[in-house]
Amino acid sequence: MNKPTPLVEMVNIHKWFGKVYALRGVDFKVYPAEVVGLVGDNGAGKSTLIKILSGVYPPDRGEILFEGKSAGIYSPKVAMRLGIETMHQDQTLIPSLTIARNMFLGRELGGRLLDMKKMNSDSLKAMRELGLIIADPEVAVEALSGGERQGVALSRALYFKTKLIILDEPTNNLSVKETAKVLDIIRNLRETGVTSIFITHNIHHVYPISDRIVILSHGRKICEFKKEKTSIEEITECIISDRSMYRE
Amino acid sequence: MGFYAGVLRVFQTKEVSVFIIFLGTTLFFFSLQPKFLSQTNVDVLVRITPELGIPALGVTMLMIAGEFDISIGSVFGLAPMMMAIIIETGVNPWLSFLATLGICSFIGLAHGIITVKSGIPSFITTLGGLLIWRGVALAVTGGLPKYFYMPEEFISVTVGKLAPFVYMQEIWFLVIVAIFFIVLEKHRFGNWMRATGSRKDIARTMGINTNFVKVTCFVLASLLAGFGGILQSTRMTTALPNQGDGLEFDAIAATVIGGTSLFGGAGTVVGTLVGEYLSRVIENGLIIVRAPSYYFRLYIGIVIIVAVIANVYLQRRVARVRSVKVE
Repeated sequence: MNKPTPLVEMVNIHKWFGKVYALRGVDFKVYPAEVVGLVGDNGAGKSTLIKILSGVYPPDRGEILFEGKSAGIYSPKVAMRLGIETMHQDQTLIPSLTIARNMFLGRELGGRLLDMKKMNSDSLKAMRELGLIIADPEVAVEALSGGERQGVALSRALYFKTKLIILDEPTNNLSVKETAKVLDIIRNLRETGVTSIFITHNIHHVYPISDRIVILSHGRKICEFKKEKTSIEEITECIISDRSMYRE
Repeated sequence: MGFYAGVLRVFQTKEVSVFIIFLGTTLFFFSLQPKFLSQTNVDVLVRITPELGIPALGVTMLMIAGEFDISIGSVFGLAPMMMAIIIETGVNPWLSFLATLGICSFIGLAHGIITVKSGIPSFITTLGGLLIWRGVALAVTGGLPKYFYMPEEFISVTVGKLAPFVYMQEIWFLVIVAIFFIVLEKHRFGNWMRATGSRKDIARTMGINTNFVKVTCFVLASLLAGFGGILQSTRMTTALPNQGDGLEFDAIAATVIGGTSLFGGAGTVVGTLVGEYLSRVIENGLIIVRAPSYYFRLYIGIVIIVAVIANVYLQRRVARVRSVKVE
């Protein structure tokens, strides 16, 4: 099969934090319009890898290609300009600001003064597109449930035509019902052609919606599966046995 | 939204609840001593409040961005001293005025840069500032006051009388409130301030230069502290080395009473305006009813605690009412 150019290609990424060798030469690819599950235990290096991709840390060695070109992602701003957006668990929205102000934070609409009217109506539209019904865009985010907050953050990504969304444990601390809702929203999002990386330690959340699953352990990539060539049992076995396995 | 929620929403508008307290307090002192609302006393109140309120506005902006400045009282004292000294060297008063405001901005810049670059709490940086700038004012004057006779035009622009009870310092106060209100509600910088004060980490991942936001607010706080000090000296025709002693806590008190969060991320300059008038009414009222002047701090202390508890309570209520209508 002739593979398209990956949207993101991270090559031989190394990272040290003082004496801690957090990433030991990880290769990681994401193709356009796919959902990649990035799975691993605490301390496996998932967050570090993602923080490098989103410009929070520089890699100590290695290269990042975005759409086939070398991308100097040295700050979150550069990552955002490329169309990479990271959503950490409960870390993407400012609680005291309204939904609309959060949606447009750092990318406000309007010339000298804010165009609140358009910001309000556009946020409603973006949320509705993902099936999230909230009546009032001027509600402070702190009044929303965890699932609704994820929904708002994902609507923002959709609105700004983000190319790659990095979801850092989006279903953590959510009830069963809320989790289902968030997974639904991610599915809707994929249909619009957005690529996403779904980081989690719960393979049961990532398995149903992902195309490919990558497993990290102790700073190394140990397994990589195309979903149609594996089963949830095999993935579980890989995680438990810590043994390398590739099904591509 | 039902009627009950609607009413709550109006009262939750912190400015409204503080304004009601302000009216109640005014009536209370008036009922005890009608002289409280005499022409002379009202005149005193409207002349003094802005010069103390303008620094409080800078403090409010800084608190919304998540930092404190407890050095403003010292800058308030240092600014007119500096200006008097610059004038003594033969510089034109207007130029000296601008130069002094420049010095104050530089002081704020220093506080800001030290705070964001070293990562120490602003409480500590500006505690240093409080001692240093007061020390400078005392050292250069040997602790003696300085005359502050300004030319007629300067007086009329800064503290001139326009009509009964209407003075230029009130105009300045209102203009600054209006500008800051627009910045907070209608400008992207206001968004960035609240985001920075509420969750700096998130603001940063959204591409906001949180250090720039904070440093700008530090500059505002020192600049307005200096401006307030100059207004006061112009009105009194003296620059006192201990001028503005304790102002930092009065300003924080007015800010908090006005409804600005001590934890950053939320606040209102209109609330600070009302909060400042409320503080002055309490202070002045206690004098008028001949309570020992020591009672002022005690009373303000109680008001702060009550105001903050009331705010937290009302906010929780409204959050609950509002979340119900989110489907």
